[in-house]
Amino acid sequence: MQISAKLRFATIAAATTAVMSTATLFGANAQETFRIGYAISKTGPGAPGAATSTIPNYEMWVKEINDAGGLKVGDKQLPIEVVEYDDRSSSEEAVRAIERLINQDKVDFILSPWGTGINLAVAPILDRAGYAHLAGTAVTDKAPQLSQRWKNSYWLLGTGEQYAVGLAEFLKGLKDEGKINDKVAMIAVADGFGIELSKAGREALEDRDFDLVYDKTYPLGSQDLATIVNDIKSLGADTFVAFSYPPGTLGLTEQSRVLGFNPKVFYAGVGTAFPLYKNRFGDNAEGVVSLGGASEDDPKIADYIKRHVAFAEREPDRWASIVNWATLQSLQQAIERAGTTDREAINAELAKGGFDTILGTYKPGDQTFWQVGQWQGGKFVGLAPTSMEGAAELVFPKPEWKAAQ
Amino acid sequence: MFSYAIFSGITLGGMYALVAMGLTLQYGVSRIMNLAYGELVIVASFIAFVFMTSLGVNPIAGLLIIIPASFALNWVIYRILLTPLVARAKNRGMLEVDSILATFGLLFIVQGVLLVWFGGNYYSYDFLNNAVDIFGATIAANRLVALGFAVVIGLGFYLILTRTRMGTALRAVAVDPTSARLVAIDVNFASCFAFALGGAMAAVGGVLVSMFLTFSTSMGVVFTMKALIVVIMGGVGNMLGALIAGLILGVAESLVATYIDPGLTIAVTYVIFLLVLLIKPSGLFGRAAS
Repeated sequence: MQISAKLRFATIAAATTAVMSTATLFGANAQETFRIGYAISKTGPGAPGAATSTIPNYEMWVKEINDAGGLKVGDKQLPIEVVEYDDRSSSEEAVRAIERLINQDKVDFILSPWGTGINLAVAPILDRAGYAHLAGTAVTDKAPQLSQRWKNSYWLLGTGEQYAVGLAEFLKGLKDEGKINDKVAMIAVADGFGIELSKAGREALEDRDFDLVYDKTYPLGSQDLATIVNDIKSLGADTFVAFSYPPGTLGLTEQSRVLGFNPKVFYAGVGTAFPLYKNRFGDNAEGVVSLGGASEDDPKIADYIKRHVAFAEREPDRWASIVNWATLQSLQQAIERAGTTDREAINAELAKGGFDTILGTYKPGDQTFWQVGQWQGGKFVGLAPTSMEGAAELVFPKPEWKAAQ
Repeated sequence: MFSYAIFSGITLGGMYALVAMGLTLQYGVSRIMNLAYGELVIVASFIAFVFMTSLGVNPIAGLLIIIPASFALNWVIYRILLTPLVARAKNRGMLEVDSILATFGLLFIVQGVLLVWFGGNYYSYDFLNNAVDIFGATIAANRLVALGFAVVIGLGFYLILTRTRMGTALRAVAVDPTSARLVAIDVNFASCFAFALGGAMAAVGGVLVSMFLTFSTSMGVVFTMKALIVVIMGGVGNMLGALIAGLILGVAESLVATYIDPGLTIAVTYVIFLLVLLIKPSGLFGRAAS
């Protein structure tokens, strides 16, 4: 019987297709990259904060891992593939972006967005989808409750209360030594951060017999705080506490300098630990107290700062950047320990802790970092908790502002 | 305390007026609702920053380059982006809507370019931050310089617009472009000129406020909003109106911060704005819409 050419062709084509599809079946499950997704504020009011504390960290982490070949997952090396979205500093956009990362992009792990408000907004969504949440730029008193309610939710910077109480304890020590009077002038930015910290601060200070001679809030985004500083100047308070955000932090420092307002203790809020503060004020930053702190003499931290400058052409901040980097190191080690891209295994490893990071042995959520720091000789050193090793002595009183050139 | 509130308020108001005066020209004469106005202010701030930190040129000297450059840039923007809209707009209302949409897009383009170049960080530099004593109030020198420029520009333009031929031509175009054509005024040229001039003033505002404000690429919108309020409150197209409106807002903010509560500074700005609109809808010095 003669097999027609058409029949022969069709049979060979069918056989080849069958063989090829079985071949791809074997190859289909091989994962070539580890997909990391995040929504971050590249525009909008949160952009400067994200650009200082978060974006350089994320990008440097991915680059360093990929330059070394990728994450060691089991016996393979998987380079990291990044899916990033701009959440425009809006909680709604961030939620939408996170849902896209979960449902459409189906990434393996999601890094946190910037800011307390946005992290609070995306936390339940991450939990529902089984992703861990390493909230690195959020300060909220709800942190302990949230970590309990959502199994894999880590609130790295702690609660507002601990910073306020840490500061109040510090001030009480000075008052008991007779170095400052009991008058405190306190201002706060009218946003989540300022409101929470001033509430906690008010209680903590009044509990320790301090007299709040000035206790007001100012609108978010305001930089013109000269009238406030001028009013406070005449009140005779030895301590000035500002739970402020940049650009207000920079504005009120500059206006205090112009007005010659020299309290013995000058505490400013977010932004003080930024390299911008040091660059802008130079020697005038000496003695300013704020949240956070960094042990720059520790070789691990000094090395991190050097690499950050080489990569991002700017220094990290001395508070959130450092904690976030330690957490990214923890994440890398958790993935490598788990030896798999399976999310639950990685989450389980994260929960175990014991990671080797720039903050020493660390588990995300550990509060073993500086809560009160001060600019001394161009370094933002840690003062409190005083029980931590390497706590520096307070430079007291704050040196007088030098006149502008 | 009162004198400090007043003087601090005047310098604050000077800043608001400075940032708004270019927009009143653009909106009043060229009838372009320029939503990208704040971005142009910020671009000038960044250029001043680059001049100061990389080239060592102080911002005031830098104005000699920045003013002509921004005039040219805005001329080009008008010719390329906005002239087609002007050509096909059947009436002013249509032009306003079209220009809002077009400049809204321009806003994102400028912001995007700035983001790529400078990133999202805050930028700030130190210039003329010496304390100056004015009648017992200590004010930073750079704020006084900004106030000085605002007053000079405001009064100067008032004189130019009322005493010179070109200025009168601009006012004629602002009142009624069709009639202006009838008296041989080149409306297209006048509109383009006013737009470019407004843009140059935005640049002046940007350079001067960069001396004492901390700015970032995302702050353009804030400037546009503030400028809009000052322009509408002062009467569209009226430079002196913008100056006075800015000063009123600044002083009010300062007084409220001192005597009532610093948290109400933004609220008082809008309250005054609303009051002016309720009592005189065309603004303090504006003429009724034709």
